[in-house]
Amino acid sequence: MSNNKIINWFKYASPQSFYPVAGRMIPWFWGLAAIFFVVGLYISFFVAPTDFQQGEGYRIIFIHVPAAWMSMFIYLVMAFWAGLGLALNTRLSSMMAQALAPTGAIMAFLSLWTGAWWGKPMWGAWWVWDARLTSALILFFLYIGFIALQAAIDDARRADKAGAILALVGVVNVPIIYFSVKWWNTLHQGASVSLTKAPSMATTMLWGMLIMALAFWMYSIAVALTRVRAIILEREAHTEWVKELPEVKQ
Amino acid sequence: MKPRHKRFALIGGGLAAIGIASALVLNALDSNIAFFVTPTEVVEGKAPQGKIFRIGGMVKEGSIRRDNLTVHFAITDTAREVPVTYTGILPDLFQEGKGAVAQGRINPDGTFSATEVLAKHDENYMPPEAQHAVDQAQKAQKTIKQ
Repeated sequence: MSNNKIINWFKYASPQSFYPVAGRMIPWFWGLAAIFFVVGLYISFFVAPTDFQQGEGYRIIFIHVPAAWMSMFIYLVMAFWAGLGLALNTRLSSMMAQALAPTGAIMAFLSLWTGAWWGKPMWGAWWVWDARLTSALILFFLYIGFIALQAAIDDARRADKAGAILALVGVVNVPIIYFSVKWWNTLHQGASVSLTKAPSMATTMLWGMLIMALAFWMYSIAVALTRVRAIILEREAHTEWVKELPEVKQ
Repeated sequence: MKPRHKRFALIGGGLAAIGIASALVLNALDSNIAFFVTPTEVVEGKAPQGKIFRIGGMVKEGSIRRDNLTVHFAITDTAREVPVTYTGILPDLFQEGKGAVAQGRINPDGTFSATEVLAKHDENYMPPEAQHAVDQAQKAQKTIKQ
């Protein structure tokens, strides 16, 4: 009786049972992403007030900050799945890690690109080699390296292992990015929003940013699940259950 | 110990080793990672002599003096200040009482000749009305003190 109540998580660790579950979840995440993007962008462009110093240019934070948060968080999740795959030899974990990498790389690129656009008018430079910017660039290279390493090794299981080691080694960079503005003096400003102190920004600006962050979350989950389904089909193409799928049979 | 426990231990140990190694490296590189030196460090002679470096701090209130395209101002960390000379276009956010980073050389007379000036923005984001309210409150406080 009590056993029935507990969800058997290990059941979903097999690609075969995860594939349809992911398929059912994807539309929900796309829907939520669309809602949050519409609301978030509306607040960002029409509700949030102009900044006292930066004028309208500050509105880049509604993309920049969520993208930067996402790039760091996705890396942690990716390294977690990669590490789990390495330790437990579970195929799906490694597939999740592989599915997350391109989205993480896009987020890292977005944060660097929008940052450069903001930096030129505000700081007077597109790019400076301070600790925050440099460590964020390293994060982007780690993603690219992970993707390239996985693609370079033909045997999927060996590619997973090599990628996992790279992903785990790179984890040290994430706290460095996050705390860089605290540990060293940098040109990049400190955190406006953190867990330890009240946010130093106007409430509507903050809401716009948080809703945009939620939109980025939903988008990332939807895209990662879509991608992991494609990876499952590719890697399990030899199995009977994949051959029996209606979308494959056609 | 099962093989997977062993792998967990290896991964955990590996991560700890990498963490410690990077902490030591970063600690050793500490001063090189800093983007700029403070006026106090410059006055105490900790800044590189005869080399290009960056100095950072607040632009001292009332210190900006323009002379055609050449700008004179002082960078302060409230304890010490360094006079800076710069010829060129300043970023929009460059203002008195706000952060700035200047790159250049220190002259023998203690002034700093900058070849590049960047504005350092702080983490405060607010509408003009809020800034006005903050200014009013600060003024009121000053009057009370007097």
